[in-house]
Amino acid sequence: MTTIALVTMITVQVLVTFICGYFFWKILTAKPKPEPDSYSEE
Amino acid sequence: MAQRDQWGTRIGLVLAMAGNAVGLGNFLRFPVQAVQNGGGAFIIPYLVCFLLMGIPLLWIEWSIGRFGGRSGNHSTPFIMDSMDKRRFWKYIGVFGIFTNIGVAAYYCYIESWTMSYVFHSIIQTFTGMSQEEVAAFFVKYVDIGQSTTGIPFEAVIFYLLCLGLNTYILSRGLSGGVEKVAKIGMPLLILFGILLAVRGVTLGNTGLCADCDSRVGMNFLWEPQFDKLMDLKVWFAAAGQIFFTLSLGMGTIQCYASYVRSKDDIALNAMSAGWMNGFVEIVLGASIVIPISVGYLGLDWVKENAGFSMAFQTMPYLFNQWGAFLGSFAGVMWFGLLFFAGITSSLAMGTPWMGFMQDEYKWSRPKSAFTFGLLVLIMGLPTVFFFQEGFFDEYDYWAGTASLVIFATFETILFAWIFGINKGWNELIQGADMKVPAFFKYIMVFVTPLFLIIILLGTLITPKNGDWEKALTEKYELDHGSLIGKLTHSNIVANRSWFSDRFESEVSGIVTEAYSDQTSHYVVISDETGQVIKTYSQPLVKELAVSAGDKVEIATPLFRGRFVNPIFYLDLSRIMLLALFIFISMLVYKAYQKRQKLKRIPL
Repeated sequence: MTTIALVTMITVQVLVTFICGYFFWKILTAKPKPEPDSYSEE
Repeated sequence: MAQRDQWGTRIGLVLAMAGNAVGLGNFLRFPVQAVQNGGGAFIIPYLVCFLLMGIPLLWIEWSIGRFGGRSGNHSTPFIMDSMDKRRFWKYIGVFGIFTNIGVAAYYCYIESWTMSYVFHSIIQTFTGMSQEEVAAFFVKYVDIGQSTTGIPFEAVIFYLLCLGLNTYILSRGLSGGVEKVAKIGMPLLILFGILLAVRGVTLGNTGLCADCDSRVGMNFLWEPQFDKLMDLKVWFAAAGQIFFTLSLGMGTIQCYASYVRSKDDIALNAMSAGWMNGFVEIVLGASIVIPISVGYLGLDWVKENAGFSMAFQTMPYLFNQWGAFLGSFAGVMWFGLLFFAGITSSLAMGTPWMGFMQDEYKWSRPKSAFTFGLLVLIMGLPTVFFFQEGFFDEYDYWAGTASLVIFATFETILFAWIFGINKGWNELIQGADMKVPAFFKYIMVFVTPLFLIIILLGTLITPKNGDWEKALTEKYELDHGSLIGKLTHSNIVANRSWFSDRFESEVSGIVTEAYSDQTSHYVVISDETGQVIKTYSQPLVKELAVSAGDKVEIATPLFRGRFVNPIFYLDLSRIMLLALFIFISMLVYKAYQKRQKLKRIPL
């Protein structure tokens, strides 16, 4: 692989993984809203 | 009696929404699009389109859905009806049910292939097969007249099994069915994807040919060709990819979001589901098919053959190279991954119909699910039986492409300009667990609609080979694949009647051979240099109408007898889709009359 292809691949994939992980983590740690809410099991 | 559906958990909703977006295209369409449109540089227009069109549209659809749910509407006809006093919007909303049934009809067929290929991977059907044999297996599989396992009508049986499974899960409701599948399917999909991606990235040089190296494949995919950024075709490709990968313009997002209460977040949920789809596409999707294919078949082969069919016609052969057990295991992971990607999307397609029938006709969940299955079966069986005749592709174009762009354009205009961006924005930020950047308000009003109108125009009048550069600077020629080209069958130059007593040549040239063997008649047409242009064959019951040495033009009869031309199947598929649209519109009209009687008309 050329250096630029490798750098592009790693930069993009790490960035996308980080952003995806960040938003998912925010969902996991968000405070639940007072009942009654939209979710029957929470 | 209709039961009130509800999501079980927030994670379940996000996974179901991500599952709705993640489909086979994440693994098969994205890498091919990237390769054909600038390699690593494709990611720039891709991310720009995600920011300016993907995210705003996701927020628009989530907001529309939650707004509708507040008044007890869980499908787009009456959600859109409640957003403006003009009553025609409910018929635009019909698209939000129609596309789902139209797409599910053929999508369940692809899903059934993945199911069947998991089975064939387990019983090691592909072990020892050559690349050609694996490709031929698929052709035999979709040919209803043949059987690969000895089971008659195998493709039909797997299709029915797949549809039955979808119907059963839908009848269990959102939290008891759809959400459970998403909670199992999405983590497994990501796990299988990671394992295959690691193998793809680490495969290295296999020594099977000069450039049989997975790193060459990754280089091919990621080497940025920055000059391509000036090509309009690349931007169209990126916009199209973002649009279809996020399942926008279908009505499923609105339906899922309509079960979220006003005080609960939608902004963060939409971002999380959208980026999860991006992760599956950019990180996993880009690391499986292209690197592994190049690793075993070389770059030239992939350049010539990269496309959707690789999933079924190539991957089993590549997995074979890892030995019988590992090959079988990889096959189960690959087709299992595609199956989960497929079923989480097809389940989403069932919910708008179910929401509509439960809301308007007070049908029970099982009854709504069963009728969805029945409608999909009626619409879908022709795609199974007439797959080779192009039924499948017509559904894909009209229900799975054109309708989505039309619907998304209308809903964005409705949300931003008619319902009003201030009301829409308030809906979005109500209960939000993230701060939504204010500039998106302006993007939703000006940029996103503009993007969609450009895509709509691009779909309507696509220039030849999608070459906008040439169309704008030199000569404009309509592409056969444009909406207008498709509508007028511009690619069909001969045999334009449904039924005829002659079969016409589609090319002009000289008949170099006209002969018969024990099963068929053959006509070979060549150009003046003797280069073969086209070969035709027909069964012996027809009559040869030309002989060697004859000069033929387009529409010159080659055979005589009774013929059903391909255009018949194309038009039949369109008639069926039109009938479906009219049928749903009638149901909406009847529901509207019921609402009038009950004085349930808003605004």
